[in-house]
Amino acid sequence: MRITTMEIRLIWWLIPTLIMFCCGVYGFITRKNMIAILISLELMLNAVDVNFALFNRYLFPGDTEGMFFTLFAIAIAAAETALAIAIIINIFRQVRNVDVQGLNTMKF
Amino acid sequence: MDSVGSIILYVIIAAVMVICSVLTVTTRKILRAATYLLFTLFGAAALYFMLGYEFLGAVQIAVYAGGIVVLFVFAVLLTSKPGDNTEKLTSKSRLLGLAAAVVMFLFAGYALVARGLSYARMPHMEPQTMDQLGHTLMGTGYAQYLLPFEAISVLLLACIIGGVVIARKR
Repeated sequence: MRITTMEIRLIWWLIPTLIMFCCGVYGFITRKNMIAILISLELMLNAVDVNFALFNRYLFPGDTEGMFFTLFAIAIAAAETALAIAIIINIFRQVRNVDVQGLNTMKF
Repeated sequence: MDSVGSIILYVIIAAVMVICSVLTVTTRKILRAATYLLFTLFGAAALYFMLGYEFLGAVQIAVYAGGIVVLFVFAVLLTSKPGDNTEKLTSKSRLLGLAAAVVMFLFAGYALVARGLSYARMPHMEPQTMDQLGHTLMGTGYAQYLLPFEAISVLLLACIIGGVVIARKR
C-alpha cells in the first residue's frame, strides 16, 4: 500500500503557506481600499506565524521558542490592527473616503 | 508513517488555506474578503491543533477569529455600503501585483525545495501540559518569557489609549 507509507513532510506545509504569503503580496499591491490592504497584510502575517510554529514542531520538537514567538506575534498583530482601523475610521470621518488613490494630503 | 486520516485532514486544511487566501485577495466585495480571511485563519488554527499546539490554536481562534475579523467587519460596515463593489483593477496594477507574487513564489519556493531541511519528518513530541506552558510564560529563567509578556501588556495598554485618542469625536 503506497498511500499508508506516505508521510507529511515539512515541505508539504511550507508550500501552502508560501502561496498564502504570495496572495498577501498580490493583494497588498493591487487593492485600493485601505481595509482590504490591511486584510492582505493580515494574510501575510498569518502565513509567517504558521511557519514559525511549523519549524518549531518539525525541527526542534523539544523547544517552545517558535510557538511563543507566534503567540506574541498574534498579540502584536491584534494591537496593530486595532490602531490601524482607528486611523482608517478617523480618515473616513474627515474625507468620506478610504481609497488610497484619493488620499494625497496628510494634514487636514 | 502517517495514517490515511491525517493525510485526508492535511488535504482539507491545505485546500481551505490556499483557496480561501486566493479568494480573499481576488473577491470584489470587501465583506466577503473578510469572511474568506476568517476561513483562512480557521485553517491555520486547525493546523496548530494538528501539530499538537492546542493552546496556540485556541489563541488563534479567540484573538484572530473572535477579535480581529470582527474589527474588520465593523470597519467595513462603517466605511462602505455592504453591496458596494471595489473599483475594477487596472491591468497595469494587476500585472505588477501578479509579477511580484510570482517572482516571490518562485524565489522562495526554490529556496525551500532546494534545502534538505524542508524534507524533515514530523518527530515525536511530548504533549504540552498547561503547567509547562504557564511556567514558560511566567518564568524568568532561560527560554522563559516573563519580560515579553509584560512588554506586550504595556503595548496593549498603549494601544487602547492610542485607539481612544485617535478615534474619539472632537
